[in-house]
Amino acid sequence: MTPGEVETVYEALALNLDAVGATRRELFLAKLALLLSYDLGDADRVCLRIEEAARNIDH
Amino acid sequence: MRPAGRAETDSLYFDYPHFDAPKERSHLDAPAPVAIVGAGPVGMTAALALARDGIASVIFDAKSTFNDGSRAICVARQSYYILERLGAVAPFLEKSLGWTTGRSFYRGQQILEFRMPDSPREKYRPMYNIEQQYIEQYLWDAIEREPLIEARWQSEVTAIDDLADAVRLTVRDPNGSYDISADWVLAADGARSTLRKMRGLKLKGENYEGRYVIADVQMDHDYPTIRRALFDPDCRRGGTVLVHKQPDNIWRIDYQLREGENETDAIAEENVRTSVAAVLADLGFTGDWELEWWSVYSANTLALDDYRDGRTFFIGDSAHIVPIFGVRGLNNGLADAQNIAWKLARVIKGQAAEVLLDSYTPERRGATLDVFANASKSARFMTPPTPGWQLMRNAALNLSLTHPFAGELANPRQMTPYTYADSPIVLPDDPGFDGGPVPGAPLPEARVGDGYLSDCLGPGFTLITFDPGLAETVADSDLATVVLQPGSEVAEVLAAGLGSAYLVRPDGHVASRWTRPSSALVCEALNRSLGKDRK
Repeated sequence: MTPGEVETVYEALALNLDAVGATRRELFLAKLALLLSYDLGDADRVCLRIEEAARNIDH
Repeated sequence: MRPAGRAETDSLYFDYPHFDAPKERSHLDAPAPVAIVGAGPVGMTAALALARDGIASVIFDAKSTFNDGSRAICVARQSYYILERLGAVAPFLEKSLGWTTGRSFYRGQQILEFRMPDSPREKYRPMYNIEQQYIEQYLWDAIEREPLIEARWQSEVTAIDDLADAVRLTVRDPNGSYDISADWVLAADGARSTLRKMRGLKLKGENYEGRYVIADVQMDHDYPTIRRALFDPDCRRGGTVLVHKQPDNIWRIDYQLREGENETDAIAEENVRTSVAAVLADLGFTGDWELEWWSVYSANTLALDDYRDGRTFFIGDSAHIVPIFGVRGLNNGLADAQNIAWKLARVIKGQAAEVLLDSYTPERRGATLDVFANASKSARFMTPPTPGWQLMRNAALNLSLTHPFAGELANPRQMTPYTYADSPIVLPDDPGFDGGPVPGAPLPEARVGDGYLSDCLGPGFTLITFDPGLAETVADSDLATVVLQPGSEVAEVLAAGLGSAYLVRPDGHVASRWTRPSSALVCEALNRSLGKDRK
């Protein structure tokens, strides 16, 4: 993924997080996580990424 | 509970019998080989299984009739084999509704259809629905035909004391009180077991938050016998509803109570009626219906650390309470009864060493823990315990509307027969096999001639071989031998080559198997299965 492609995803996420509204953000992200995990087809890798995402969360 | 104006046993479709306390008193204190406390389905199954092996028992129940309400309604394939071996399966087959399919819905849209394993080589369907009253009635009918079983109704056990080589029970009925000693006691007195309390034992485990009302209604509803699970339906936003068909036009509706919903209010008749009406509206049913019975439960995973306490064995709900989503409460109880019965019978007859009885807990508690693991998964989906589980459940359901893979998370994964892997009486596997049931697993079914493999099994142990030579060299009064055709369906299911053999226990589980058996190996395995190698 090029920096430009990452930015495209970044923007789409930001726009949709606002569009779904405060009460639906969590649900939206959880759905997206399941969907991307399924596409990736690698449970170990997803679990590793889950761990990584939880790091520094209070920083 | 039943609608106002109807007694506890005033059913729309079932006539409860009335049983008197024993009138003839002279023999009441005569010692019994086995005393069974509780004449529910589990206690009656234990009595019948013992009788089948020639052991007499006395069975006590504090009530004057069967359990009220239909309670457990799903009887699994494995349980039909138990009933078959008791000689009691015929009325069950005639009355019950077999099923294989379940459907899950999210906000009214179907997100999953699952089928439990079934095929033409199976003798029984994966699951049957039948009201518990009929289960008890049909077992009772078999008990009435059995001279080795004496049932004493309205007979409450008020004390239990260990003697040197027996147990003394104090029994009270409306005509008096007496002591009776028994060599062995089976506690089949249910979730609120008084025997468990009297022995000072406690169930341990977890309580889940979810509470459900279960209601039976009678209605002329045109839908096949398919389990329906409604997630987040209009009639109960945020909750889950289960719908099962039973015989006699009875439908089981389970609906989850909301967090903070007052239980006393929820089970008030008018509120049950309102809630049920809302579910029926969601199902598209517009006809008349009658309320039969209702109750409330919460999902628990609780078990005793040891199912044996000296000469007392706990069987069924007295030993373990499981969430109903796995439909293993009754089914595991029946398997407990069968497991302890064949072992106890052989110990009493001197065919097995007493140490055999110590295999009861690891085998049956192991099965309970397996149910806990599966049922906990189901329970977490049906009634998510924390915000994290709640969010992921909702995400999976919401995603399943467009992506079926997410709907698979709603599969209740019922019906996985348990393998006694950690049993002291199950032998290690022969590494020469490539497939087939491992030692400890239930023997799978296959067609043999016009019948089935299970029809070929003897009353005790069975040696399945494909070599007539081996069959001739093995002889034991408790062992039947079956010689089957190499290359047949059975051989395929058992992954059996020309010389392979299986030793099958009286409960239909594989004790041992060999690719190159000998009469010495078979005798050794038989001894191990009877605890005789550890005398």
